[in-house]
Amino acid sequence: MSTNQVKVAITGLGATTPLGGDVASTWSALLAGRSGVRKLDWEDVEELPTHFAATIAVESDQVMPKHRLRRLDRCQAFALTASIEAWKDAGMAHGDQSGFEVDGDRLGVVVSSGIGGLLTALNGYDQYRKTGWKRTSPFTVPMLMPNGAAGHVGLEFGARAGVHALVSACASSAEALGYAIDMIRTGRADVVVAGGTEATIHPFNIASFGAMRAMSTRNDEPERASRPYDKNRDGFVLGEGSASLVLESEEHARARGARIYAYASGAGYSADAHDIVQPDPTGAGAATAMRRALENSGLRPEDIVHINAHATSTPQGDVAEIAAIKSALGPAAYQTVITGTKSMTGHLLGGAGALESVATVLALHEGVVPATANLEDLDDAVDLHIAQGEPYKLPDGPAAALNNSFGFGGHNVCVAFQRAV
Amino acid sequence: MATVTEQEILDGLGEIIEEIVGIPAAEVTPEKNFIDDLDIDSLSMVEIAVAAQDKFGVEIPDDELRNLKTVKDVIGFVQNLSAKA
Repeated sequence: MSTNQVKVAITGLGATTPLGGDVASTWSALLAGRSGVRKLDWEDVEELPTHFAATIAVESDQVMPKHRLRRLDRCQAFALTASIEAWKDAGMAHGDQSGFEVDGDRLGVVVSSGIGGLLTALNGYDQYRKTGWKRTSPFTVPMLMPNGAAGHVGLEFGARAGVHALVSACASSAEALGYAIDMIRTGRADVVVAGGTEATIHPFNIASFGAMRAMSTRNDEPERASRPYDKNRDGFVLGEGSASLVLESEEHARARGARIYAYASGAGYSADAHDIVQPDPTGAGAATAMRRALENSGLRPEDIVHINAHATSTPQGDVAEIAAIKSALGPAAYQTVITGTKSMTGHLLGGAGALESVATVLALHEGVVPATANLEDLDDAVDLHIAQGEPYKLPDGPAAALNNSFGFGGHNVCVAFQRAV
Repeated sequence: MATVTEQEILDGLGEIIEEIVGIPAAEVTPEKNFIDDLDIDSLSMVEIAVAAQDKFGVEIPDDELRNLKTVKDVIGFVQNLSAKA
């Protein structure tokens, strides 16, 4: 049954990613098929199994004063950058920009991180070993706590309706969007800033994912390493960055004359109950999440013209998701256009769901789906329409799209969007 | 550091405060209260105190830190200690 009583509009978008310091540069890079994956310039990088990652395109010290960065974990600075862009994009007042003044009592924030302030913890411990507790930054705790980014974004805009940080590994920020939709539908808030962030590119983290044999080791061709659905894919590529969306009740958005990019029409959740990290190869749990997203949104399988897939470029995950899409959509699965934008951005972990939701919203709004990069030799198990080569033009008129995110722990989250027509 | 002047401490403190909380050093004048005038929070005060200890080579115990409410208080405290040293 649809619970879509209150329609939730998307009125602002923000991002800082391996492809660019904002939404416009990220989106044009996605359409151009550019890679954000680079070789790491660390001294001892050759000792690691993977020598590359999708590092941020614009460092935070280019957009934020140094004294502010002293008390922010890298992932928190990213979240603030993305959220401020989304906020201004939605036409809200901020700093020198005049605009709509949001009532703080009706404003919520849901900003997730899968891991939190890992760099603060690791670098802080190195410092502590050298100089002891008296030289430990008094900001260490708020910098490393996984809800720190949400807290900072909440402070930035004066959000008092509730500030939340849902954690479900790589599904974290998809869950943030789902929670934000619910906050608005249930009347807890009129406006919610929802997003996700991650910054964990550190030797220890690469060693840890490497120990799982989860990451690509295509060290001779970093830009071609993230290749969802390609026969020669060999694991995911670690990325960093953040994305945020401003969600708003349609009534609130209309009353202030806001531009509406699309509607966040609902979300579906499930858990695999299969393994702590391996996806269920049948894709049963993922299919359930997608079916529930359709039900929650009042959509039919044939409404879905596009899916931004989780598609991390792992041998098992990509094909399990294809099985899930076929199970959830039935014959309509063959009519929808699927893409894997992690082929260009790398995997932002807790930031992935939000970034790919921005891409999904823009695909509906602009009527074009970025192609999956590096897809040269399609896996035999994939018989659905994957956008490859050139960006794929979507038909005009009413349309809906899905964004899938799955996380270690067995979390499956699917968020549904509808074109504003 | 036997003779550190009031101006040297003021300049040093201004540099520290500018770096840690971003307030221009020129705004750090003796009569300013850290909380009421400069809007510096308690965690930042801890960082400033540690940086001041490093810069001026004096120990500022936590109990004392609570009594240092204005820029002038810090100047007096540092001068007093460095005169004894």
